[in-house]
Amino acid sequence: MQLRINQKAYEVDADADTPLLWVIRDDLGLTGTKYGCGLAQCGACSVLVDGNVVRSCVTPVAGVVGREITTIEAIEADDVGKRVVAAWVEHQVAQCGYCQSGQVMAATALLKHTPAPSDAQIEAAMVNLCRCGTYNAIRTAVHDLAKERV
Amino acid sequence: MSTPKAFFDAPLSEPVNLSRRHFLASTAVGALVIGFGLPLGSARVYAATANPTERGTQVPAFLEIRPDGSVRLLSPFMEGGQGTHTAMAQIVGEELDADPATFIVEAAPPGEAYVVMENGMRITGGSMSVRMSYPTMRRLGALARAMLLQAGAEQLGVPVAQLTTQPGRVVHAASGRSLGYGELAGRALDMPVPDPATITLRDPSQFRWIGKPVKRLDAYDKSTGKAQYSIDIKVDGMLHAAVQHAPRLGMTVGSLRNQAQVEAMKGVHSVHQLPGAVAVVAERWWHAKRAVEALQVEWLEAAADSTVRAMPADFSSDKYRDFLAAQQGPARDDENEGDVAGALANAKTKVEATYHNQYVNHAQLEPPSALARFNPDGTLEVWLPNQAPDMFRADMAKRTGLDPAKITLHSPLLGGFFGRHFLYDSANPYPQAIALAKAVGRPVKLIWSREEEFLRDVLRPVAVVKFRAALDAQGLPLAIEAVSATEGPSEAIAGKQGEKLDPTALEGLSGKSYAIPNKRIAQIYVKGPTMLGYWRSVGNSLNDFFYEAFLDELADKGGHDPYELRLHLLRDNKRLTTLLQAVGELSGGWKRGPYTAEDGSRRARGVAMASPFGSHAAVVAEVSIENGQVKVHHIWEAIDSGSIVNPAIIEAQVNGAVALGLSQTLLEEAVYVDGKPRARNYDLYPILPMSRMAQVHVKIVESGEKMGGIGEPPLPAVAPAVANAVAHLTGQRIRSLPLSRYTFA
Repeated sequence: MQLRINQKAYEVDADADTPLLWVIRDDLGLTGTKYGCGLAQCGACSVLVDGNVVRSCVTPVAGVVGREITTIEAIEADDVGKRVVAAWVEHQVAQCGYCQSGQVMAATALLKHTPAPSDAQIEAAMVNLCRCGTYNAIRTAVHDLAKERV
Repeated sequence: MSTPKAFFDAPLSEPVNLSRRHFLASTAVGALVIGFGLPLGSARVYAATANPTERGTQVPAFLEIRPDGSVRLLSPFMEGGQGTHTAMAQIVGEELDADPATFIVEAAPPGEAYVVMENGMRITGGSMSVRMSYPTMRRLGALARAMLLQAGAEQLGVPVAQLTTQPGRVVHAASGRSLGYGELAGRALDMPVPDPATITLRDPSQFRWIGKPVKRLDAYDKSTGKAQYSIDIKVDGMLHAAVQHAPRLGMTVGSLRNQAQVEAMKGVHSVHQLPGAVAVVAERWWHAKRAVEALQVEWLEAAADSTVRAMPADFSSDKYRDFLAAQQGPARDDENEGDVAGALANAKTKVEATYHNQYVNHAQLEPPSALARFNPDGTLEVWLPNQAPDMFRADMAKRTGLDPAKITLHSPLLGGFFGRHFLYDSANPYPQAIALAKAVGRPVKLIWSREEEFLRDVLRPVAVVKFRAALDAQGLPLAIEAVSATEGPSEAIAGKQGEKLDPTALEGLSGKSYAIPNKRIAQIYVKGPTMLGYWRSVGNSLNDFFYEAFLDELADKGGHDPYELRLHLLRDNKRLTTLLQAVGELSGGWKRGPYTAEDGSRRARGVAMASPFGSHAAVVAEVSIENGQVKVHHIWEAIDSGSIVNPAIIEAQVNGAVALGLSQTLLEEAVYVDGKPRARNYDLYPILPMSRMAQVHVKIVESGEKMGGIGEPPLPAVAPAVANAVAHLTGQRIRSLPLSRYTFA
């Protein structure tokens, strides 16, 4: 089957029910998208599918054929994503960093749909887990991004 | 963490070849730009270590300066989020006179050269990295600077005394000439390392980077998916593996009912039996995982001579707590001052209470993995998360029979650790990865699924603590006794109680600074059936909760405000008085409440203190009850680590420690029923989400005392501060964690 990932076409030989995550990581070698739980609990595997955030660990690859997939590797090619990355660096969000690919994807999706989210909207959208406890830095970074748009 | 040194002693006896060539070759994974590769006579390197007190003087083992002036530093310590690689760049850069932003920091391989801690160890744990290596790493930078100056003198043909440096350059002011470090490095790093006694360190008043909020070196890579963790490493010809562990540790593989069918599944390379596990090797990890989960295994009960801690079929964590509570002793004293028995017998007012905590998992986001490759020359290379490379290599040598010199160990970034990646028999995937690589004759990367990780993670210990205290006529504590029925992580790993008490069992009950004239802290050692390990802030993570919550009980019983009582009990301790006052001020002045906040919620505050890992912390927490659950609005935390390297990273570490502290306080618990963990993933083992994080306010107090730790010290006071606030708000004593077990109106 053919996948469009980061504006490139990839011919992939995988079972229809293989989670997108493992195709991205093992077949295509794009390891910025992380495996954390395999159950859509933690969000480390978040990618964008047609601009919406999706948990790739439970997304069958056959379901995203013909759709535009964006992974962390290409997030700076997206205007919103580029600003999110800059804010993440500015606010020194990352600690261990393992969850941050997913956090950046979640923040990008949020800001694409809601350019100036309220605190409650941030809390509702940013549900990815972080064991290092970077939540306050994430919240501050997203608020800053929201302010830029107001 | 005051871990017994014996536990961490790794054999370091074999000579380590630290020629430049080896140094460069040993790290040849990924795209490494090698600027130059002059071999360095190893005799010179050994000469520098002839005196064992001169640790961290083998400059070429640590530093490579590239033609463009960038500095590659091999860090003795692992980066797992705590910011130690940035701190190392600040410390070395300050004395080298090179901007930390020009540094590329990676974890050093195992080897004697990197044993730089003042206690003779090399681990990443116990909040020790910076505080135990600070003078040594400064000196390392200064030694390298002296070598660059000497090389500059030769190259410019001027006396070295006429030269100075500015960041990244050797400068001859008289002639206006200068040379970049990158231009001099080839010559400089081949020079003899100067006598450390000749080195003068920079006056701290002149620091440009130490003590400043220098940006983390890894912030961009970690925000763009470029950072590589063990789980991401790939080598040519590599196969993937997944395992299914025995449902209870100690059980062994009897037979496989459907091996042929599984072998025929798509992508499967081979099926393997391992000690206490079955494995599938495949071309893709997803195929390996699906296949191994399809394997129908007949598991046999642990043999009587099992070498692992066999988990009983009827083990229940709740029942185990009752068992601990029923233990009568004998108890061994850790602290015994004054006359506790006499004070209790004659006391006007006595207070007694029993506390307990829960098992918790590490639940770091990166699941464990290990990549093993046997090379044609008979050497073994392993990539894996670890906090103690020399110990891991020694263990691999023992397991494989290989000479440690034939084992190369790579230590990529850690996707969180919190104590998870020490050497724990049965809890690390590398023995399996090595066995599989050997069996299939190809490199194998083994990833433990989240479910397999929850099944084999080591647990933070549980304790049941019985307190007794006596109050005097003024309601002030006259005597306190704490007897803890528990097993500490160090003695659990050792498999037996040592001649001395395991300090990780009682730290946080022991070592308190309150002026209570009669005190006794004792342990009833109870060897349990679970595999135990170190969890961020170790014994303090439970014991400071017990002690500080009980101290609030004494305050209430004696009619004293808990903040004022602490000030009174610390009246002769200037450092802790200052700290407690600092957190009071930070929170806008101590007020216990309850009071009504602007949003209409009823709130109260609690206070607690802890002195772990060479530092001191004081916390004020503000809570309310929302939909029957505790909501923590604010955490104010003052921390005194003596002196500091990076205030921004400290603030981030306090935030992280607060998050983990809240997580264990509010909702985390590893429950075992019938010998099995109830939770195998985050669905049934919830960890703190953003919605339950508190606002965190940090005050760094620099007392100027000996430098203490930062990664763990902010954690232990969080739970008791929250518990004390909740107790005051609700009138319900909090004598156990997590709070999700309580019902609040």
